[in-house]
Amino acid sequence: MSTRRLAPDAVQPQSFAFTSENQAFAEATIAKYPAGRQASAVIPLLFRAQEQEGWLPRAAIEHVAVMLDMPVIRALEVATFYFMFKLAPVGTAAHVEVCGTTPCMLCGSEAIIAVCKNMISPAAHTVSADGKFSWEEVECLGACSNAPMVQIGKDYYEDLTPESFAQLLEAFGRGEHPRPGPQNQRFASEPLGGATSLRDAALAEPVNASIALAEAEPRR
Amino acid sequence: MSDLKKIVIDGNEIEVDGAMTLIQACEEAGIEIPRFCYHERLTIAGNCRMCLVEVVGGPPKPAASCAMQVRDLRPGPEGQPPVVKTNSPMVKKAREGVMEFLLINHPLDCPICDQGGECDLQDQAMAYGVDMSRFKENKRSMDEIHLGPLIKTHMTRCIQCTRCVRFATEIAGVPEMGCTGRGEDAEIISYLNQALTSELQGNVIDLCPVGALTSRPYAFTARPWELRKTETIDVMDGLGANIRVDARGREVMRIMPREHADVNEEWISDKSRFVWDGLRRQRLDKPYVRGADGKLKPASWEAAFAAIAEKAKATAPEKIGAISGDLATVEAMFALKQLMTSLGVKNLDCRQSSAALPPTNPSAWLFNSGVAGVDQADVILLIGTNPRKESPVLNARLRRAWLNGAQIGLIGEQADLTYDYALLGSGPSAFNGFDQTEFFKALQAAERPLVIVGEGAAARPDGASVLGTAMQLAEVVGAVKEGWAGFSMLHPTAARVGGMAVGFVPHQNDDGALSDTPTGRDTLAILDGAKNGVIEMVYLLGADEIDMTKLDKAFVVYQGSHGDAGAMAADVILPGAAYTEESGLFVNTEGRPQLAAAATTPPGDARENWAILRALSGALGKPLPYNSLQALRAALWAAHGDLATLGVPMTAEWRPLPAGEMIPALFASPVDDFYFTNPIARASETMAELSKLAAARHTPMAAE
Repeated sequence: MSTRRLAPDAVQPQSFAFTSENQAFAEATIAKYPAGRQASAVIPLLFRAQEQEGWLPRAAIEHVAVMLDMPVIRALEVATFYFMFKLAPVGTAAHVEVCGTTPCMLCGSEAIIAVCKNMISPAAHTVSADGKFSWEEVECLGACSNAPMVQIGKDYYEDLTPESFAQLLEAFGRGEHPRPGPQNQRFASEPLGGATSLRDAALAEPVNASIALAEAEPRR
Repeated sequence: MSDLKKIVIDGNEIEVDGAMTLIQACEEAGIEIPRFCYHERLTIAGNCRMCLVEVVGGPPKPAASCAMQVRDLRPGPEGQPPVVKTNSPMVKKAREGVMEFLLINHPLDCPICDQGGECDLQDQAMAYGVDMSRFKENKRSMDEIHLGPLIKTHMTRCIQCTRCVRFATEIAGVPEMGCTGRGEDAEIISYLNQALTSELQGNVIDLCPVGALTSRPYAFTARPWELRKTETIDVMDGLGANIRVDARGREVMRIMPREHADVNEEWISDKSRFVWDGLRRQRLDKPYVRGADGKLKPASWEAAFAAIAEKAKATAPEKIGAISGDLATVEAMFALKQLMTSLGVKNLDCRQSSAALPPTNPSAWLFNSGVAGVDQADVILLIGTNPRKESPVLNARLRRAWLNGAQIGLIGEQADLTYDYALLGSGPSAFNGFDQTEFFKALQAAERPLVIVGEGAAARPDGASVLGTAMQLAEVVGAVKEGWAGFSMLHPTAARVGGMAVGFVPHQNDDGALSDTPTGRDTLAILDGAKNGVIEMVYLLGADEIDMTKLDKAFVVYQGSHGDAGAMAADVILPGAAYTEESGLFVNTEGRPQLAAAATTPPGDARENWAILRALSGALGKPLPYNSLQALRAALWAAHGDLATLGVPMTAEWRPLPAGEMIPALFASPVDDFYFTNPIARASETMAELSKLAAARHTPMAAE
């Protein structure tokens, strides 16, 4: 947790405009809400602006506020409230959000963070020397069964080890887009190396316990 | 339609409107609930949690009484009224818990905090606080924010009640403040750390329940318990806001609003609140007489009176004129009028602006609907006025009417009024074909249409025609009817209506009554006469906002409190009291006579204005028939009975003036610089700073 402020003026771009594709998205989103309630579209629009720029510059917040006919301070309140809005520039290749909440921590997220500190920058929210990477620790991202994990952009990279995570970063550095999901070859959250129980179909019950109970009692 | 509900609060059964919140119902029952974020005139936030009460039979946790309505409570099993407890052990424990949380990050700096002694948190900590802290960690630190020259900030003391944010957004109409971040990092900021652009921003100082926002000009100068508090009336604009002047010794230390639901609610403008440093500067504290060498020299009262008497006796009454200024009390104008009448002088005017107000027809120059009437209006037409500059507090009411759905149109200067309006034209040409417009139809269809004319619309050569046109328009749309007077004039000055009410106008008949047509010279004619040498002597009762260059040849007597334009042009200066230093009547724009009280004494040899005129009348051999303010008031009220009922607005019979030819010149507000409208404000350093800031905002930067 830290106080969230706009980035210093030196890094703020002078202006912001949506690309024509994003402009169409913005207009369609505004149209979802009744007339006079267009301010409800503030989060999707701010997020689209962030996806376009990589982070959320002041000019983008002001642009969205003007588009939605709301005071700029109200848009700024929203942008500072949610940690998902990046108010300062992030790495051009990848911004790594490492989950540091208990299940991931128990499974080794501290080692992942150590890799970040080593390969990206010693402090979170700081862009690496080559400008390609930045990292931060975030709260639970809800992928505990595949801990430890990181989020890069919209993708989850799961079941990481310091080695596989370092390879991941190298791939991003080369401009590649590695395949998201578990990095230890397992499928979703299924056991690594195949099923360990219920493997013998003959031993399996034909129905589950509640159906068995229902069938055992004659229907009234 | 009433929705009365019975409710039992601490064992007392009362019946209240179901739409009331529990905190209001408790107040009805005479129980005060502690609160920080809740405020009657702001929306409900419900975030401080101090107002927790126990609802018996409700969820097993305390409920925030500010955010729960009476009608939301469930009745008992047999239909008994719901029961609320405000002093049960659960409530006490809950409030103590809230207080402990509030104090976790609040610094223990009451001894160096300006709010000390009048701090809600301090008071409530006495009731609900504990004497030690279980919190061993460091307190949160905050970056200071910059809110301009009026508001001093100590954000470490902030408890995030968001009253200031809601005030700026809802009442002042400048959504520039906000609460950013979340949780422990939530902080109140202004966008990009800029000063607020409202004329009402000082009110956040009163709203702030802790010492986070305090008055910068008043900082560290006094403690509330050492101030002498005087309830009086503000004269910075025509609204007549109720204020409290806090003084120590003979210095005014600060000015605060008083509550008056029909006038200023509980807000005052920054000019009213921070003008007090102007009361200490540029003061006239002894009489002056211009010597043979053309320089003003200090003189005794006797010498000053002798100089005036010598000139007055040598001058024919037709060659004498008197103009009263914007801050003059009714008593002073009444006394000066009687003195001038006894000398045979008919050239009197209380209208420095030369507004064409018909003295015998008050319906043309009163705010007939009443200030509170703005709340009921559904379509409002503003003509030649900028209420934001002329009366910011009234403008907040107009904004509220707009928020509640009123339609507002403007014929006049385009300006940011803090609400949306339809710009229907900028000059009298807008009246051509006005009856074909949508807005006219809306006015006609409205239940309570309101036409508000600014003084600027009447203060022009064709003022009478503009006034007549506006009154005819009000007549045509049916704005004046049984139970609703939808024609109002907004005066930007405190003395204008009082002067009109006592007939300080050049319409004196020999029998003492007022004539419909002028019998003497009005302000412009007095000034032009002085330039041509027709007028040889001019008496200025605090009149500073006139063209002094025209008075070069005349013998000018200036009676007033500040060394401003009038004193510069004067041949004799009579030092008078300012509005905080004498008891006097002021009549606000709706014709409401209100009594101002003396908070301090005038400086040096300066005297109360009525007393100066009484003494001068003796020196002129025409002594006025009263020796005390009480006797003066008795004479005043005998002559003008409608001013005797203090606090009750005058009423006027509706007599629309005829419309007439108008010149094409555009309407302009009589207030050019909001912060510099009178000599006291012009003497104030704070006002100068605000004026500079406002000017910088309106001037585009070179790079743009």
